[in-house]
Formats: sequence, C-alpha cells, structure tokens
Amino acid sequence: MRPILEVENLSISFLQYDRGARRRVLPAIRRLDLTLEAGQVAAVVGSSGSGKSLLAHGILGILPYNARMEGTLRYRGEPLTPQRAAALRGREIVLVPQSVGYLDPLMKVGPQVARDREKGRGVLGRYGLGPETGDLYPFELSGGMARRVLISTAVAASPALVVADEPTPGLDARAAGRILGHFRELAQGGAAVLLITHDLELALTIAHKVAVFYAGETVEEAPAADFARREDLRHPYTRALWDALPQHGFTPIPGTQPYPGAIPAGCPFAPRCPKRQADCGGAIPYQTVAGGRVRCLHPERGEGS
Amino acid sequence: MGHRIQFAAKKLLRMALLLLGVSLTAFLLMSASPLDPLQTNVGQAALGTMSQEQIARLEDYWGVNDPPLERYLGWLSSALRGDLGTSLLYRVPVVRVLGERMGSSLWLMAAAWVLSGLLGLTLGVLAGACRGRWPDRLIRGWCILISSTPAFWLALLLLMVFSVWMGIFPIGLSVPIGAEAAAVTLADRLRHAFLPALTLSITGVAGIALHTREKLCGVLESDYVLFARARGESAPSIVLRHGLRNVALPAITLQFASISELIGGSVLVEQVFSYPGLGQAAVTAGLGGDLPLLLGITVLTAALVFGGNLCADLLYGAVDPKIRRGAARR
Repeated sequence: MRPILEVENLSISFLQYDRGARRRVLPAIRRLDLTLEAGQVAAVVGSSGSGKSLLAHGILGILPYNARMEGTLRYRGEPLTPQRAAALRGREIVLVPQSVGYLDPLMKVGPQVARDREKGRGVLGRYGLGPETGDLYPFELSGGMARRVLISTAVAASPALVVADEPTPGLDARAAGRILGHFRELAQGGAAVLLITHDLELALTIAHKVAVFYAGETVEEAPAADFARREDLRHPYTRALWDALPQHGFTPIPGTQPYPGAIPAGCPFAPRCPKRQADCGGAIPYQTVAGGRVRCLHPERGEGS
Repeated sequence: MGHRIQFAAKKLLRMALLLLGVSLTAFLLMSASPLDPLQTNVGQAALGTMSQEQIARLEDYWGVNDPPLERYLGWLSSALRGDLGTSLLYRVPVVRVLGERMGSSLWLMAAAWVLSGLLGLTLGVLAGACRGRWPDRLIRGWCILISSTPAFWLALLLLMVFSVWMGIFPIGLSVPIGAEAAAVTLADRLRHAFLPALTLSITGVAGIALHTREKLCGVLESDYVLFARARGESAPSIVLRHGLRNVALPAITLQFASISELIGGSVLVEQVFSYPGLGQAAVTAGLGGDLPLLLGITVLTAALVFGGNLCADLLYGAVDPKIRRGAARR
C-alpha cells in the first residue's frame, strides 16, 4: 500500500542574526526520515529539542518565515509543496496542538471546534463533552476537557493524516490512556496518525511503529513490537531510551543532546555512545536492518540476529 | 452585578482622594508662582497711579495677603458645597465659565477622540497585518514623524496652509468675528472647530496606531494564530476573527487613556487657534493668577481623565470573558 506520508532526508534550518548583523544558518533538523501508512499510528519520540514539533509544523507548512526546509516530503505519493500543504491543512491534514494555549482565549470553544454549530456539538458529543462545553471559553476548560476539545477540532474535518503534537502532558496515566485511545480510534477509522511525544512508554501502548529522533535526525525506525525486547532494537540511543524506562531500571546515560549549531560531524550520538568507533565521525548511512531502519555504522542488531 | 457596583464605588472613593490631592497640588504650585496677580492683571503703570487704599483693595480682591492654608480651606469648603467660587478675571461664577468653555471644547475633543481612535485602530491593524511590507513601513514612518512633531507646531502649519494661504478655514476663534450669537449657525461652529479638531486627531492617531500595530503583531505570533493557520484559515480571516478580537481589549484601555493626552494637547492647540475652550481658559487662569478658575479647571479635567479610565475598567469587565465569567461565578 502506498504510504500516506513519506519524509526523506528532511532538513529544516533557521536563518538567524547573532551579534549584530552577522547571519548564520542554524540547522534544527538535519536528516529526518519517516514513512506512515493509512490506518497506522507512528510515534515520533525524542527528547525536547530533537526536532519533533518542527517536523509537525513542516508537514503543515506553517514554519516561521525565517525557516528553510529541504529534502523530500510526499503526501499520497505526490510532493507536499507549500501550496499543496496550504490547500490540505485543516481539511485532510490536521494538527492536534499541545495545549489549550492554541485556542483563541477570547473565543468560545464551540465556534473554534467547527464553524457550523450543529457539527461542533456532534463532534464534542463524540468525546463525551455536552453541548454546554461549546459555550465555555478556553480558560474554563479543565486539563482533560481541553485535550478532548483539541482532538475534536481535528475530527471536525475528515482527516487522512492527524499530526498530534504532545497530546498528553499534564494528564495522569489513565486520562492520557483515554486520550491516546481516541487517536487509535482515528487510525482504526482509516486515518494515519503521527503521534509526537517524549513519552516512549505511553507511545508504545498505541503505536504500530516508532521513529526515534536525536538532535534533528531519525536514528531508528522500528516496529513497536521490537520494543518488547532490548535485543530487537538497533540503535545504541534507542537502547539507551529503553534502559531509561522505569520498568527497565531507570538507567540514565551521561551527557546531553547537543544543541543545534553545536552538533558534531558524523553521528550526533557518538560522543555519548558506548559503542563508538573511529569511523563514527564520518558519513553515516541510513540502512535497513531486520525490518526496521537505523542510522548507525555499527548497529546493535545485525542483519542475521 | 453586585461586584461591579462595589468595584465602581471603590474607584469613586479613590477618585475623590485623587481630586483632593490634585487640587491641593495645583493650589500649592499657584501659591509658589512668582507671578504677582496685581502686576499681571492691572499693570505696572496703572499700579503706579493708584493710591495705597486702592492697591490694598485690589490686593484683597486677588487674595494676596491671606494665608495660603486659609485660602485653600476656604475654597475647599465651598467647593464641597458645590460652589467653585467666582472667577477673578471673568467676574462670573467659575461653574459658568467651565460650562461655556466645556461646551466648545467638548465638541473638539469628542471629534478628535472618535476620529483618532477609529483612524488609529484602522491604521494599526493594517500595519500589523502587513508587518514588514510597504504599507507597514509607510504607516510606521508616518506615525513616528507625527509623534515627533509638537502639536502646536502642527497647528501653526495647518493654520498657515489652510487658513492663510488657501483661505478655506477661519484663522481662529469658535464663531465668526462680529457675528451676533443668535446668527451663528452650526455650520459656522463646525468650520471653526475643524482645524483644531484635525490637529488633535492627527497627533492622537500616531500613538494609537503604533500601539495597536505592536499588539496585533504579538497576537499574530501567538500559538492560537499558528493553530488557526494550521487549520487552513486564511490570513485575512485570521486578522478579522482572531486579530481584532484580541486587539480590542488593549485598544479600549488605550482609547480611554488617550483622554489625558487629548486634554494636554488641547491646551496648546486651543492657544494657537485662539479657540475659546477649556485649554485656553487654563492658560489664561494660570498666567493671570485666577486661582478659583484654575482650580476649577484642574479638578474638572482630572475628573474627566479619571472618568475615562474608570470607563475603560468597567468596559474591561464587560468585554473580557475572564473577568466577566470569573466574577459572575463568585
């Protein structure tokens, strides 16, 4: 089946002025790859600053004016140009934003969910919100209500691609699980769901595949099932993430993700990598290994294993 | 509703205290003034030909020898009874002078207030919506030029161009010279008020437009506008649906706060156009040592400014859902 969304070697950089009039190009995303099929939930995990939200804004064509995007972005097999993105966003491609701050604070919720009153009520009702919710202002919503309102803004259209940017922070595990359940329903309805999150554990509860971002690169794309066993994971960073999960001992690794503009040549994870070798400073291919893809010269999981 | 009445009552109490302070300050400044009311109003030459008794009677009239505290307390106690005293220069009750002057100034200021508010908001929204492009640069440049131009200089310029060179508008006053009061038409009044009102409007527009532009730029960079874009809303729709709504609240504050600038500006502008309004009376009273009139004008204008701010506060409660809903739930 043809994928809904294909991201190949995507880079997003910012033109910045620092110290007076000197301009510099700040690469925020350098090598992102991702494919997403209809009916699938793909989780994009990575820590803050790995370029997750930028990917979302890039797909929707709403990057700031000083951003430059290069590489390939295809929607239903056709290049997703800015013009095409502008025509599709809000209709076929929808964003579920992070927080209630993405709603106009001075406009009632109802008209923000859908301009058509009846339709708005219907969509809110689908998520267990009564018609009175439409008459509330965003500041009157509780955390869980706000999430459901934000999802209903997406469902008011009939989306083929749902981009959810951190839809669960600030919710307890049960509420977060319920919200993620709604995304799984959307996928079961035929939509492709791109779930952007830093919560690997939660993402694994609904995702079919997981893309791991590190310092603006996709380091691994793996079926969610691979996360059941440490040995099935390919990239050392993915294994480090796995080790850091509470049920696997909460083990951290030293160091921090490098900032954009200070990323070493070659593999950005090399300075923190336990398996680092001399050639890690050179070109790193994105290779297919055992049904997943990994950007590593010395993947942990070999072709045969 | 109760909370709003309580709020207004608190504000009114504060206003009473403020007016007391303003009148006291104006009085102290006046007592400290080096101007001798006798020399200013009677003249050195005339004083020289007067007998001591005449001078003593004049000094009595202008209150030169009374202790300041006694004078202020005297003014205050009658002011509290509603009697603002008699203007020493015009020799009629201060209330009547205020009423007449207010009548002509009110037209002027109301026209300038509405015009500068509407024009400023429109230009500000236009500049903000086109930020960085040529309409924005043009509007911003013009606003900065205007805000760095003194109001009286602009008044002189307009007077020169439209009244002296082109002869379209009268050179001053609020009614035609030599006309009977009964013969003065509304058209006459409007023609006389036009240039002063225009001057006040032009100077008022700049600040409102620049502030509105800044606010709109902030709104357009907000997360909710980003989300509106992500949902496929067009740029004009975003400005109209979200921009205007979120600019409205600061615009209200700005519009009512501009009353104080308007009153300040009218003092200079009325002086240039010899327009017999409140501002001109304030100058005359200040220079002529007419204490009751000056105090009357000070208190009246302070009350106007305070009233404007009070209106803004109350409107906020009606417009902002956070205040309205929040207070209603208590």
